[in-house]
Amino acid sequence: MINTPLEFERPLFELEKRIEDLREFSLKKGIDLSDEIAVLEKKSDALRKDIFGNLTPWQRVMIARHPKRPTTLEYIRLIFDEFIELHGDRSFRDDKAIIGGIADLGGHPVTVIGTQKGRDTKENIARSFGMPHPEGYRKALRLMKQAEKFKRPIISFVDVVGAYPGVEAEERGQGVAIAHNIAEMSKLSTTVIVVITGEGGSGGALAIGVGDKLIMLENAYFSVISPEGCAAILWKDGSRAQEATEMLKLTASDLKAKGLIDEILPEPQGAAHKDSDAMAKIIRESIIKGIDELSGIPTRRLIERRYARLRRIGEFSVRELPPGDLPMAASGNEDAKARADAFDLEGGTDGN
Amino acid sequence: MPNLKGIFQSKQKSVTVKAGTVRGDTPEGLWTKCEKCGGMLYKKELIENQGLCSDCGFHFRLSASERILVTLDDNSFVEYDEELITVDPLNFPGYDVKVEAARKTTKLEEAIITGIGSIEGFPALVGFMDFSFIGASMGSVVGEKITRLLERAARQRMPVIIFCASGGARMQEGMFSLMQMAKTAAACGRLSSTRTLYISVLTNPTTAGVFASFGSLGDIIIAEPGALIGFTGQRVIEETIKQKLPPGFQTAEFALEHGLIDMIVDRRNMRKTLRSLLSLHGGRRRNTG
Ligand SMILES: [Zn+2]
Repeated sequence: MINTPLEFERPLFELEKRIEDLREFSLKKGIDLSDEIAVLEKKSDALRKDIFGNLTPWQRVMIARHPKRPTTLEYIRLIFDEFIELHGDRSFRDDKAIIGGIADLGGHPVTVIGTQKGRDTKENIARSFGMPHPEGYRKALRLMKQAEKFKRPIISFVDVVGAYPGVEAEERGQGVAIAHNIAEMSKLSTTVIVVITGEGGSGGALAIGVGDKLIMLENAYFSVISPEGCAAILWKDGSRAQEATEMLKLTASDLKAKGLIDEILPEPQGAAHKDSDAMAKIIRESIIKGIDELSGIPTRRLIERRYARLRRIGEFSVRELPPGDLPMAASGNEDAKARADAFDLEGGTDGN
Repeated sequence: MPNLKGIFQSKQKSVTVKAGTVRGDTPEGLWTKCEKCGGMLYKKELIENQGLCSDCGFHFRLSASERILVTLDDNSFVEYDEELITVDPLNFPGYDVKVEAARKTTKLEEAIITGIGSIEGFPALVGFMDFSFIGASMGSVVGEKITRLLERAARQRMPVIIFCASGGARMQEGMFSLMQMAKTAAACGRLSSTRTLYISVLTNPTTAGVFASFGSLGDIIIAEPGALIGFTGQRVIEETIKQKLPPGFQTAEFALEHGLIDMIVDRRNMRKTLRSLLSLHGGRRRNTG
């Protein structure tokens, strides 16, 4: 039972409390209140279904940010049979906002990376509230290259509000680190499965979020900008985040409908933090299924496939040019043909 | 190199480059004020001076067409992919109006012009972002045009130079916009595998999603003096650390000092520098006759 209900959970929370009180009362006084309790339980079930079956995008953002929401390390403990954490970017320091290592998934070695939020203030300070510095992204990349070397699938857990905003992060090249991670992940010669468990905050999430399969928990979000940031830009008023959330189309179901993610994982009744064991089991099954589906694809084709998946993203229209106004580039179909041709990767996938 | 000869020998469809559109604080008058030294500059002179303050050397922002004019050989530019048109994939309130207004004021279809041209005779594929079009934010069209340019460079083994300028992702296109970072970065990754030269030139400002994708993935990264370069916006950083930022934070000079870019090149030396780099990477000068 959570002790800090979100605003929209309050009616349910109060009803559950009344049921508990009645139970206690009936036990203490030896009075049979089972009929009354049954009625209330039916009511609370219906209310739970009603609330969680009709969550607004903003309510999902609230759930994704819930202080009790399971973190990456908790999922790792529940999903994998063994996990050996590895540290450091070999250059500057060990960023605790990113964790990574080697894990055993049903007898198969995998590399796991992920952003890591803290459980309390002290841990959150040590982990910069789960917001990575450049060295965190570089640690993740180091471990991904290691996975590539030993042909291990990579599982990336994403739950991050954004890359760390700070002077030192900029000095050490936050933008450069993110760019390199994205470019490298797009051509890693091993399977990459991305699971967005909570917050998918912009470039800071994308930096470990490029893969062959993109899985999102039902109440996770993935957005180009935080709802608060969007509201601040649109109306100079961050408190209108709720409205901005609707406009950004950032929920798992919105993104699935647009073809931007592959799979939505249902959360247990009352969201992931109500039953992390059940949630972990669902994630584990999805990861295993994903690896099975992808493991048969030859490496070269896997990389082609990953590129093609990114390549098709974008919505635009093509204006008809009046004849005689055609630039050389558009006059033939040389381009379209060449694009369809298999790409010639000279010297393998890692030319530089 | 298929078609290259054909391109140069064909009728050239040059973009209409409007001289005299260097933007300043006083768009209507003959004079404009230097942002850095406050000196009053005669606009005609500013244009002739490639948008540089004659007193302090401050680099005024250039539009894409002005940049083409000061960078490429006369009449060497042919535009690609101009037929791509921005749509409103999320039905984001006010986006269509914003795009339409930007089209009107800039006379551009989108925040980037791409194509092919030459610099002192050396051919290169080129991209020019224009900050005056919704802060040159990257939506689907910008991402697509850049990706097509990079793919063309990979196919033709033709060097590519992109003049970046951007406030970041095009928020109004939501995740379609964020994923353009992945799309363009992946195209950079592929281009790199073909051993084809990519030079990114960071102009004022190059920030957020563009800095964190193709902007930072050049084999050689050049910046113009004083350009704002960084990932996170300064206001956000200030709010987080609750301190004023040090002077010169996130400038080209800061980026150079911290090892994030290769060099700072004054606009007056840009053509010469690019020409040398193209030449040193095996570029062959085209006989312009
Ligand atoms: Zn000046």
